[in-house]
Amino acid sequence: MIVEILIYLFIAIGLTFNLLAVIGLLRFPDVYTRLHAGTKCTTFGSIFLCLAVMIHALRIWYLNGEPSSSIMPIHTLIALIAILITNPTGAHAIARAAHRSGVKPVKAVVDDLEEDRECHSKKSST
Amino acid sequence: MKAFAVTAIVAFVAYLILTAGSGHLALWSIDEIIIGVILSIIVGILSRGIFVKKSYRMLNPKRWLFGLAYIGPFFIAMAKANLDVAYRVITGKIRPGIVKISPNLKTDLGITMLANSITLTPGTLSVDVDEKSNDLYVHWINVKDEAMKKMPRDYRYVCKNFPDWIRRIAE
Repeated sequence: MIVEILIYLFIAIGLTFNLLAVIGLLRFPDVYTRLHAGTKCTTFGSIFLCLAVMIHALRIWYLNGEPSSSIMPIHTLIALIAILITNPTGAHAIARAAHRSGVKPVKAVVDDLEEDRECHSKKSST
Repeated sequence: MKAFAVTAIVAFVAYLILTAGSGHLALWSIDEIIIGVILSIIVGILSRGIFVKKSYRMLNPKRWLFGLAYIGPFFIAMAKANLDVAYRVITGKIRPGIVKISPNLKTDLGITMLANSITLTPGTLSVDVDEKSNDLYVHWINVKDEAMKKMPRDYRYVCKNFPDWIRRIAE
């Protein structure tokens, strides 16, 4: 009973954060702030969804004791680790590509990268 | 020989994790274990030069313990980051900017871990890296005035003490 409440709670938390990511994608003004919403919230939501799946699978494994029931929690854990590594890496690649192709951050108060790149190109041209 | 052993053991552990639940010897069947040993020996011979670089510092178990302990503060920071982004999604209050920080990390593994940690924690997203000095350029969703005073910016405002943790784990 407590386990089931925990599972539903984790699914609710995960779906809430994924929903916030969707709202953020629609509301934020430019590519960088949208990436903020698209990486942090989806990763955190996916962690809780994976935790819910793992608790459910571990309970099944505990109840029937078959070794084949261990496949689901272990593979969910592998999927979770893969998400944790690839999600920020992909966001970093998109942000870098966007800045290299000249997308400026909207309403930015400071842009050290742009300044450094201008300094560098002046040095190399003179 | 040491490079071969490390590569083969890592490959064997990865094979065991992927095939868990196939039989009744603990969790694995005899067939899977035999195939796993053969395959990991082949992998160890073929890729020992790629997998292991010059240094063996990651074999130190202290680094692995620090790595496990790092999950705690990291998860708390990540939860805060998500509540912070949720707040900004709902209210729309943002003050973005790209700042440069110098975490003074030397190895590729360290800088990769820090960039990934920064992307997953409070209001920050790593955009670019200076490959000579290992400085990071970070897109920050809510730039604080006190962090803007000196150049390069103080990393404690951006990513707390994560560089110190990562120096203990990876360098």
